[in-house]
Amino acid sequence: MINTPLQIPALLSTLENSLIETINERKLSNPLMIGIRTGGVWIAERLHQRLNFEEPLGLLDISFYRDDFSQIGVHPNVKPSQLPTTIEGRDIILIDDVFYTGRTIRAALNEIFDYGRPNQVVLAVLIERDGRQIPLKPDCYGARISLQDNQRIKLTGPEPLSIYIQSMNEAA
Amino acid sequence: MTENLQLNSDGKLKHFLTIEGLDKALLTEILDTAESFAGMSEQQVKKVPLLRGKTIVNLFFENSTRTRTTFELAAIRLSADVINMNIATSATSKGESLLDTIRNLEAMFVDMFVVRHATSGAAHFIAQHTAPHVSVINAGDGQHSHPTQAMLDMFTIRQIKKEFAPLRVAIIGDILHSRVARSQILALNTLGAAEIRVIAPKTLLPAHVETLGVNVFHNLTEGLKDIDVVIMLRLQKERMTSALLPSESEYFKCFGLTPAKLKIAKPDAIVMHPGPINRGVEIDTRVADGAQSVILQQVSNGIAVRMAVMSMAMQARGNG
Repeated sequence: MINTPLQIPALLSTLENSLIETINERKLSNPLMIGIRTGGVWIAERLHQRLNFEEPLGLLDISFYRDDFSQIGVHPNVKPSQLPTTIEGRDIILIDDVFYTGRTIRAALNEIFDYGRPNQVVLAVLIERDGRQIPLKPDCYGARISLQDNQRIKLTGPEPLSIYIQSMNEAA
Repeated sequence: MTENLQLNSDGKLKHFLTIEGLDKALLTEILDTAESFAGMSEQQVKKVPLLRGKTIVNLFFENSTRTRTTFELAAIRLSADVINMNIATSATSKGESLLDTIRNLEAMFVDMFVVRHATSGAAHFIAQHTAPHVSVINAGDGQHSHPTQAMLDMFTIRQIKKEFAPLRVAIIGDILHSRVARSQILALNTLGAAEIRVIAPKTLLPAHVETLGVNVFHNLTEGLKDIDVVIMLRLQKERMTSALLPSESEYFKCFGLTPAKLKIAKPDAIVMHPGPINRGVEIDTRVADGAQSVILQQVSNGIAVRMAVMSMAMQARGNG
């Protein structure tokens, strides 16, 4: 297995700039930031701090909203989501670490809409990789990358937070 | 046979009929999964889409509003469609066999039966004869088993006491007729409680009860010494008329839990009761409503535990 590290500070800065641009373009008003457990929360915590958001970060656990429940079942120890009681009419920034198939985001949107109807949702991810399976895509990203079949992205954290491309050794 | 019937080929819970034959890892998985659902009750939206599109039938041949309601709420919170079969007016009371009733419901594309029946083994019987895609949850059968009640009790104990290994637990009352006690004893032994005591008059203890892995006491004040968890059982009024006990007041005098008797147990002992309570028969009102009582917590936990069992069984169905 070969691990190729990616530069977290640079990725976060690119994502932050892209996010500020989108907040201005779409005229987001007092946006609520929500991180998707687990990696999305780690990224969101950093962006939340950089952007000086005063309202606490929302935490979303999408385990009960996954579309592959009948195959994989429900994992014990799912933590409850922590969202403010009023989602209705809010502008939301949804944060995840890696955007891949889009199914996690679908589940996250379903859960958010169970709390109320937001005004806008902006999706920001640290990495957008190829492999999309449903018609969703991020508005902001730190980097877009294409991976080979034997590669995947691995995020570890929260401290230190690091991200790398893992390549399976084909000879192994 | 029991364990094979309950588990699918991957060792996952397919039916939940009894604690018997289930190992510590599986019981712990039920408790951990219930923990995930426990937080949901405090959320504004108390609902997740896990079982959306599934149909669950509450098949209660014996009345129990409380148990049926918690199963119904659990199913609703998992987004399943729930039908409550009123057995008093159903076909079985018109002479249709249990199996015919089941087959007819299956033909209506039911995914899960929650069964309460006065006959021991009824839930097993249904599980043996249902289609492979249908799961069966035992909501109490005769004097045999009430596994979800036992697991919600275990969940409540773990919530407060954290570990089972150091615990001494006393189960007090009508052990002989109690499916709850039987399931609790099996669960506590499997989860590794240090000691389980049963405290009851001789007439309300099964023969050879020691073989279940319990220590027997006939005296409440002796039995409560060093106890961490006190589980009171409901006393059926008919035990008085069937001459198993002299009188309610006599029973309360010897086996009723009063504040003074509770002081014999450890100071931080918790008091449990599966409900409904007979105040002044099994338990003094000051204890039932007192600081050490976790009786209402048990009721709340019943929903989370039943959500866990339903979602686990539904995931494992059709594979086995």
